Amino acid sequence: MADFVVGDITLDIDEDGFIQQPEAWNEAIAKALAKTEGVDELTEAHWKVVNYLRDYYLEFGIAPMIRKLCKSTGFKLKEIYELFPSGPAKGACKVAGLPKPTGCV
Amino acid sequence: MAEPRPDEMEFYKQEELVQIDYTPPQTSWMRTPVDFRPGSWIYPAKARHLEYLGLANPREWSPLDEDWKLPEDWKEIIFEGMRERLNKYRSFKLFMDICVRCGACADKCHFYIGGGDPKNMPVLRAELLRSVYRRDFTLAGKLVGKWVGARELTPEVLKEWFYYFFQCTECRRCSVFCPYGIDTAEITIMGRELLNLLGLNVNWVIEPVSNCFRTGNHLGIQPHGLKDTLEFFAEDIEEVTGIQVEIPINRKGAEILFVTPSGDFLADPGTYTCMGYMMLFHELGLDYTWSSYASEGGNFGLFTSHEMIKRLNAKIYAEARRLGVKWILGGECGHMWRVLHQYMDTMNGPADFLEVPKSPVTGTVFENAASTRMVHIIEFVADAIRNNKLRLDPSRNDGLRVTFHDSCNPARSMGFFEEPRYVIKSVCNHFCEMPENTIREQTFCCGGGAGLGTDENMEMRLRGGFPRGNAVRYVQEKHGVNRLACICAIDRATLSTVCDYWAPGVEVTGIHELVANAMVMEGEKERTLNLRLEPIERGEGVS
Repeated sequence: MADFVVGDITLDIDEDGFIQQPEAWNEAIAKALAKTEGVDELTEAHWKVVNYLRDYYLEFGIAPMIRKLCKSTGFKLKEIYELFPSGPAKGACKVAGLPKPTGCV
Repeated sequence: MAEPRPDEMEFYKQEELVQIDYTPPQTSWMRTPVDFRPGSWIYPAKARHLEYLGLANPREWSPLDEDWKLPEDWKEIIFEGMRERLNKYRSFKLFMDICVRCGACADKCHFYIGGGDPKNMPVLRAELLRSVYRRDFTLAGKLVGKWVGARELTPEVLKEWFYYFFQCTECRRCSVFCPYGIDTAEITIMGRELLNLLGLNVNWVIEPVSNCFRTGNHLGIQPHGLKDTLEFFAEDIEEVTGIQVEIPINRKGAEILFVTPSGDFLADPGTYTCMGYMMLFHELGLDYTWSSYASEGGNFGLFTSHEMIKRLNAKIYAEARRLGVKWILGGECGHMWRVLHQYMDTMNGPADFLEVPKSPVTGTVFENAASTRMVHIIEFVADAIRNNKLRLDPSRNDGLRVTFHDSCNPARSMGFFEEPRYVIKSVCNHFCEMPENTIREQTFCCGGGAGLGTDENMEMRLRGGFPRGNAVRYVQEKHGVNRLACICAIDRATLSTVCDYWAPGVEVTGIHELVANAMVMEGEKERTLNLRLEPIERGEGVS
């Protein structure tokens, strides 16, 4: 498993670049992860999505359904793709330090 | 700019993907090594999930590594594993022995049709295992080896097994054409089971299995998350119908336990079908409950080992017993139904602590489920419609031109051909079939079943999805089809990708989304939105 270094923190990342220690996540890590997604600057809109995902994850232990993300943040799916080009699951969730969903999805 | 990744569909140019080369390699198949190219293989199971499940050889590794970090005595483990299974499963022994290599199956696999790799001919994929069987378990193989198609088990053979047994969706289309009735899926199942003895499985299978034991379902949804999800659906249902539906979870003494794949809780368009179930149960006044423990219909044990099939299936029945229900109703799921129909009874059955399922709505007794005590929801709703227990307004689905993809397992493992069509035709005015060699028992797989539906495997998914996508495109162009209905959660997820690529403009739906849109509910407000919160398009002259 590859290393992902942010300042003096070293994290494991999986094959797709998702961090494997979601509990270690912080804003600096989010910014560094965003760069791997081609997002150089996290705007207020980016943070709105990231913070929602983070809060949901802390409460429920997984990512929310995309419809819920859209409804709760007020962004349309298209707008989320504009913010995070790889989309809500692969882009936004990665930046928010969430694990990838698996199963019949 | 980074290199394009295999999970980005633009990476695959359609005009290049359809240039399928069916010319076999120059070298003989035994001397053609496996090539793990990006987009055609799946990430290995993570050590922490193997550990959690108590499975063999947890470690970090990659198929691209030269050294797969196998146990020292890996060969003995495989041979012992084969010996044990040949003794235990008569079908395995039979299927190893009786193939005459006639080739009837050769061009029936969607991966072969879409990829052209001869080792995706079911006969040759099985030969990967048979060749080893022949050398070490038959007299002729022991004596004259290569002359009878026998070969030695080497690390290269093992790599080939891993690559090709995870390029089979266990869909069983090839088996339909086998004059001997060889169930090729069972050969893949055995191949994977042997690989598991060495810790060789993929993460897309093992993490869901591990999550099933940890939280109750593939996705890792916890009880309060399930409640939150169903409440979210109930809000949208109220917006569409003005009706508040109930959300019974873990309710002891309910008559019916309802179990569906957890994909329906998270991923569109399955979520709309999940809303459809909730609306249907409300309208019929069903005395039912969801369970947070048995919150998964899918059984990825089928892609791991027989022991795992049994353990996962047992959870559903343990929960039925704990809650004291009378019988179990199962949702639109694929592999769950192969397990239920063909494995459950001898593994965990008969479930005689439950009652023979009887519809409280129509009084119909489901004698076909007399042993498993579990009924498929399509059967259940077809019975309700046939007995006029639902008021339906199919004109609400007039904006849709629907075709039906027979999901592999309900079709080929259960013979479920008429019920889904009867239900769709009852709730939609516009239905047409895809060509006959692509439906019913000859249905083409979505290309992502059996744990292959992950994005790093995108090239194989698109290739494997090509025959199905091509048939969808045909009815799209000929009949204006814009909706593909199916009854499996893997289908709902993977066919969306297949359609986006091969038949853009066609969206995927579960049948209960269609049912709920057409269903006239007691006390509903004027229905102007469908479950996707889009305006309903009605046909001309229909109120």
